[in-house]
Amino acid sequence: MLKRIVKGCGFYGVLSLFIMFSAVPFYIMLITMFKRNHDLLDPNNNPFIFNEPPTLQHLDLLLHQTQYPVFLLNTLLVGVLVVLITVLLALPAAYSLARLAGGWGEMVGVGIFLTYLVPPTLLFIPLSRIVADLGLQNSLWALVLIYPTFTVPFCTWLLMGFFKSIPRDIEEQALIDGCSRLGAFFRILLPISVPGIITVIVFAFTLVVNEYIYALAFIQESGRKTIGIGLTTELIRGDVFYWGALMGGALLASIPVAILYTIFLDRIISGLNMGTGRQ
Amino acid sequence: MRQGHLFHSDRLTALALLVPVVTYIVAFIGFPFVMSFVYSISDATIGDPHFSIIGMRNFREMLQDEAFRTSLANTFIFTFVSIGLVVVLAHILAELLIREFPGKWIARFLLMLPWTAPIALGAIGFLWFMDSVYSPFDWLLRKAGLLGHPGDLFGPMSNLYWLARPGLAMASVILVHVWRLLPLATVILIAGLNSIPREIVEAAQIDGAGYFRRLFHITLPLLFPVIGVTILFSVFFTFTDMTVVWILTKGGPPPHATQVLASLAFLKTIQGGDLAQGAAVALFFFPVLAGIAAIVLRLVKKAVVV
Repeated sequence: MLKRIVKGCGFYGVLSLFIMFSAVPFYIMLITMFKRNHDLLDPNNNPFIFNEPPTLQHLDLLLHQTQYPVFLLNTLLVGVLVVLITVLLALPAAYSLARLAGGWGEMVGVGIFLTYLVPPTLLFIPLSRIVADLGLQNSLWALVLIYPTFTVPFCTWLLMGFFKSIPRDIEEQALIDGCSRLGAFFRILLPISVPGIITVIVFAFTLVVNEYIYALAFIQESGRKTIGIGLTTELIRGDVFYWGALMGGALLASIPVAILYTIFLDRIISGLNMGTGRQ
Repeated sequence: MRQGHLFHSDRLTALALLVPVVTYIVAFIGFPFVMSFVYSISDATIGDPHFSIIGMRNFREMLQDEAFRTSLANTFIFTFVSIGLVVVLAHILAELLIREFPGKWIARFLLMLPWTAPIALGAIGFLWFMDSVYSPFDWLLRKAGLLGHPGDLFGPMSNLYWLARPGLAMASVILVHVWRLLPLATVILIAGLNSIPREIVEAAQIDGAGYFRRLFHITLPLLFPVIGVTILFSVFFTFTDMTVVWILTKGGPPPHATQVLASLAFLKTIQGGDLAQGAAVALFFFPVLAGIAAIVLRLVKKAVVV
């Protein structure tokens, strides 16, 4: 039946339906962000096209009269710091598990991966107590401290797989030639692993931009908010929606993240797949 | 002699390199995880650092609580309905996307957007789609003559009020979950489809096996582990998610039409300051997560053996 449907409607027909389903919310964001309020707030107007000439007023509101730039900056700051911590923790651990630890390395690696399955919606409860005890409520440092809980396990796993895929002979040759373990790691393994490390950096960063629950739980002050909670709590006030600015803000922040993620998608997914279904 | 020395120092190095990561994970995942069990049988609050153990009272109170029972049921409904739709749609989409066609990269980029763009931001787009007055969905229905006049299929009112009516609000949340998970499920399935040796399918075709025979006797059995992984991650991401619910409905319309365990735990912990009750609610994730963990362990073992 599947094939008949596919043949009947034509390959491109079905494909366009799927694309419409996936991309229409983003298309609506794009058009709404340039629509005049008069055009936007008339339920009889076609919401998919410009009924009046486009305007930049929402963009102006977003960039100059809201804290949107601050949200972006906060997100960027937290993202960079979390990526740094993640790489510093995951890189040596992954190397150790892949190369030095032998048989029990596999067990520890799986153990670390399993901690990824403790969801933020459970973990934020005890963590909110820890954050309170450390006096970090309303501080971006709370996020910098907590976010590696979801980046480190998966990134260690990804890097471990990456190191394993590099033949041991290359390093062993360097060791025989008189290189130290550390020397072999920095001079031989690290340069080959640059693609793997970049994947981890991109993945960790996109996870940080995606995060919603911890930020919602720990940050109330508007000047400290990150992009997700900033838009949904500051630009939606009671019944007043700044629709144009809201959509523009969501779209402008989504697209760069989506582009980055798409480039590295296959590598990240093969990490999720854990070798099953792969040769 | 030298060999032994190298081995010895390697072992120490191995441990030394693992210390930072293990310390961090124990301190910020392991310890809090254990503490959430402790909190669930205590009277802990966020403000007061002291608490005492009060046994199963939280759980007893919770089971009597209408909000909890609704949330538990909603969580399972959301998860199962979403997963069912996601797996079927992802299989169709994966079959389309394993082909080569001009413009594939842009199609892929657009199809992946719901997963690759931050979900909180994607959900904002749906807020507009489901707005009580300006909803573009409603506009389409009105234009199609299905809404807004007496006798129309969806009623005489000018709007459907997506997020204000219990049934529709649930459907809306499910729709956004499906929208978000479809790309992830699709890429996992594509990885699986690509790993099926082409010769087997071709051999079956030459032997005269039709599409259905190939689907049920070759593709699906070979895909089974990958479909398993797809379901596993989809369950994990839907079952424990609160972002979609929070942005669309905050658990409403009142009292708890779309409340799920995650959002209820959040309400109790952050807005009520009741750590103990929040922990008790969130621990209901545990059986499902333990199940997922067990399956992951088995899959990993298999992958290692193969």
